[in-house]
Formats: sequence, C-alpha cells, structure tokens
Amino acid sequence: MKLAVVTAGLSVPSSTRLLADRLAAATVAAAGSPVEVNVVELRDIALDVTKNLLTGFPSPDLRTAIETVTGADALIAVTPVFTAGYSGLFKSFFDVLDAESLVGKPVLLGATGGTERHSLVLDYQLRPLFGYLKADPVATGVYAASSDWGSGEGALQRRIERAGAELASLAAGRPTVSATPSFVPFDQLLAEVSTQDR
Amino acid sequence: MQFGIFTVGDVTTDPTTGTTPSEHERIKAMVRIALKAEEVGLDVFATGEHHNPPFVPSSPTTMLGHIAAQTSKLILSTSTTLITTNDPVKIAEDFAMLQHLADGRVDLMMGRGNTGPVYPWFGEDIRQGIPLAIEKYALLRRLWREDVVDWEGKFRTPLQGFTSTPRPLDDVPPFVWHGSIRSPEIAEQAAFYGDGFFANHIFWPKEHFQQLIAFYRQRFEHYGHGQADQAIVGLGGQAFIRPKSQDAWNEFRPYFDNAPVYGHGPTLEEFTDQTPLTVGSPQEVIDKTLTFREHFGDYQRQLFLMDHAGLPLKVVLEQLDLLGEHVVPVLRKELDAMRPAHVPDAPTHESLKAATLVGSEA
Repeated sequence: MKLAVVTAGLSVPSSTRLLADRLAAATVAAAGSPVEVNVVELRDIALDVTKNLLTGFPSPDLRTAIETVTGADALIAVTPVFTAGYSGLFKSFFDVLDAESLVGKPVLLGATGGTERHSLVLDYQLRPLFGYLKADPVATGVYAASSDWGSGEGALQRRIERAGAELASLAAGRPTVSATPSFVPFDQLLAEVSTQDR
Repeated sequence: MQFGIFTVGDVTTDPTTGTTPSEHERIKAMVRIALKAEEVGLDVFATGEHHNPPFVPSSPTTMLGHIAAQTSKLILSTSTTLITTNDPVKIAEDFAMLQHLADGRVDLMMGRGNTGPVYPWFGEDIRQGIPLAIEKYALLRRLWREDVVDWEGKFRTPLQGFTSTPRPLDDVPPFVWHGSIRSPEIAEQAAFYGDGFFANHIFWPKEHFQQLIAFYRQRFEHYGHGQADQAIVGLGGQAFIRPKSQDAWNEFRPYFDNAPVYGHGPTLEEFTDQTPLTVGSPQEVIDKTLTFREHFGDYQRQLFLMDHAGLPLKVVLEQLDLLGEHVVPVLRKELDAMRPAHVPDAPTHESLKAATLVGSEA
C-alpha cells in the first residue's frame, strides 16, 4: 500500500508534522501488508503552490508532490488551525489538484491547534472540503490541541490508533490506484450526446 | 512543415510606457502582423476568438477575410474557434464563405473556450463542454460533406432538409485541428476523425503534453488513419528574440513580469526553464524549438505567440523579421531533413483536393 501524508505545519519542528507522523505510524502498524509512506511537507513547496495558482501549471517539485498524493492508495491530511480554520496553504494545495483526482480516496483527517476550542474544524471545514472532492474520509478524525501533548491519560494516542486502524482497514479493501489514465472511446462519447447521428 | 504565428488578440497596457492601444489600433495591428507574417515567409496566421474584454477578435472570419484579400500564400486559421458556444451551422457557412474568398487558404482549430460566462451568454452550460464539442462538431462535418442534412441532437434545434451554403470550395471541407490542453476526450475526437491535434503547450511543462500527444497518436493509428507517427500534430511556441541574448532578456523582462497570464508569479528564468518560452538569440530559439521534435515526435505545424503582453507593434514586427529571416529557415531545413519520408505534411486545400480526385477515380 502506498500512503501519502500531507502536512501543512509551518514551524520546524511542527506539532502538525508530529501528529501526521504519528497518524502514519498508526496506519502502518495496523496495516496487514507493507506500507510505503511518502510525506509531502507543504512548507517546502509553498511558493510553487502560489505560482501554480497564478500560472495554472505545477513546477516539477509540485508535480511530484501532486503525483505522490493522487497516486497513493490512502491519504493522511493534517493542517494547523489558523484564524479559526484550515491554513490557507493547506487549502491552496487542494485547490490546485484536479477536482476529480481524489475521488474515492481513503483519507484520514487531522488538525492541530492551540486550544481544544477549534476541534470541530475537522467536521465543519475538512469534511466538507473532502466531501466536495468525493474522497472517502474515515469516521475518526484526530484533532490535537497543545494540551493534548501533555495529557497523561493517553487519550490522544488512542484516537490516533483508532483512526490509523480505520484508514488501514478502508484502504485494504480497495483496488490499488493505477497510474494509467482512463479514457472514453469515441463511439461512447458520441452515443452520449446524439440521438440520431452517424 | 508549416510555421506560423497565433494571436490571442489581447489589448494590454505596455508596462514600460503605460500606453494602452485602442481596440481599433489593436485590430489594425493584428492585420499588420498577419501581413508581415506572409512578407517574412511564414505559412500560417491564426487568430483567437473571444467574447469579452480585453480581447478584440470576436469575429474571426471577418478579420481573416480582410487579410485574405491582402495576401496570396498565407494560410488563415483560428486558435481557436469555439465549437461549444457557436452554432455549427454558422461555423459551416462562415468558413465555407472564407474558403471561397481565400481560394482555399483556410483551415481552423476547434476549441472549447475556458471563460465561464461565455457559455451562459451564448445559452450554453460549461459543464456540458465536452458533449457540446462532440455533438456540434459531428454536425459541422455533416454540413460540409452532405448537401442536404436532416439532423436531430441534444443541443440545437433540429434540421430538416437543410443545405449549408456556400458549399465548401471544390467540395473539399477545410482541414480541422482540435486544440486541447488537458482533455483526452478531445484527443480521442481528433484521432477518431483523422483530424489534426494541436497542443498549445506554451504555459505547461512538456511531460503533460507528451502523454496527451502520445495518446492521440496511438488512437489515430487505432482508428486506421495511418501509423502513430503519421498523425497530424501542431504545437505552440513562444519567443522573444534579439540578435544578442542579453538584450532579449533585458527588453522582455518587464513584459513578462507584468503579463496578464503569468505575471507576478514565476521568474522569467523559471518559466523559460519549465515551458517552451525562449528568450534569446535566434540560435537559442532554434535550439529550443528543435527539442519539441525530440519530445513529441515529427510534427506538422509550429505556431509561435509573438504579440501579447503589451508588446508594441513596432517590436512585434521586428520579432517577425528575426523569426522569418533567422529562425524559421533553419528550423525548416533541419526538421525537414530529419523527417522520415512516410511522415506526411499537414493537409492543405490543394492536397485534400488532390486526394479527393484520386479517391473518386479509384
């Protein structure tokens, strides 16, 4: 299984990356087969994302990142909460993907924030975004507030493990993503429009 | 091998002077540029079609007819004709009329257009872009090939006993190219009919178009029009040329940095590295253009974008002199020498007419 991890944290080290790595590790641990993990740090391609918005095409580095995401069997997407929502960079990256490119893709959603009070960002912002893209988010999303990293009860780790297991299980039941582009033969294209034509 | 220029027809402020041409000045400049193309030995002039400012060419056959009257060799074409929002009956009539006026020096390129509001302005739905292109083009072909057409479809009023006039010159419909930058459906359409496929790759890296063109070639062969390497491919290109490379970079940079399409984004260095844009000496333009053949195979038509981003007419005419005198003759010689004998030229009215005669004698 190929697992892509998109993380939009900006600081180094970043708690967003930390959460992303833990979600990836939990998915790998729960998977029954070997997993190839590829991490896309949006910070590294932030300028390329902006240039793609302006020109309409990706730079070679961004193209590689896009292919990593669209060619994966499962995706983990983690954003920090900035000003009451997902970060602009996170949204911009998904803006430059083809709208059809994540259809049916198993996705695990994650977010980090300074306080617990933003935890519904997962359900009020990330789920609609991936719903529009017709991706397939697992039931458990993981939000980690700063306080979670100091919590002794292991609640965050239990959420991470549950979410990772859900993603591994969902992806395991899916056919592997193929790199070959699909196309519709011409007689079918023609049949879809004309009632009476040669 | 055909060489030519294609124009978007944008009215853009010259960023170095702050001067903006009037629509009238821009339209006259486009005509002057087309005449210059013939003067310097280019083969093709193609104009875009737009229905919103800051673009002026809403009526391509009017402009091309005017140019036809003042030229004798130049092939007049479009980049593109909007098959989605135009009535195919009017396209059939307009371009057949232009064929007669231009004595056959006409072909055209189908495109879907990407300006959202143009669709509803013309009563169509952008989400139906592909089905519109498929159905309307199928009708257009029949209007040119059958004297009397009965037709019924999804997107247009039915036709009973309709004859499109004038009939195509010598009963030879204009050759058609299909332009697309991302849709395999359009490559499939071009392949199905054995029409040309034009990949305007000027704003995109080559890898994307290598896939699309390879797909078109493979499907062209699948449909029995010839071998994959005999498919009819056209490519875009973009250059700013001065005898000395550094002069070209210095002069073009403000136009690039402020251009409506890619300005304020990537640097000129990044853009020339990642796309077909060449800024430099004639030899540099030659070298870069020769890589197109390596990437996409032997091809039939090369069109350059030379007159956008607010470049003044005088500069554009100088560019065409350099293109016609120092770039195209070398490219013509080198590409012709490398092309295997079984790879055809782009069809013209004369070659299609000759093929029809052979076909009817057989």
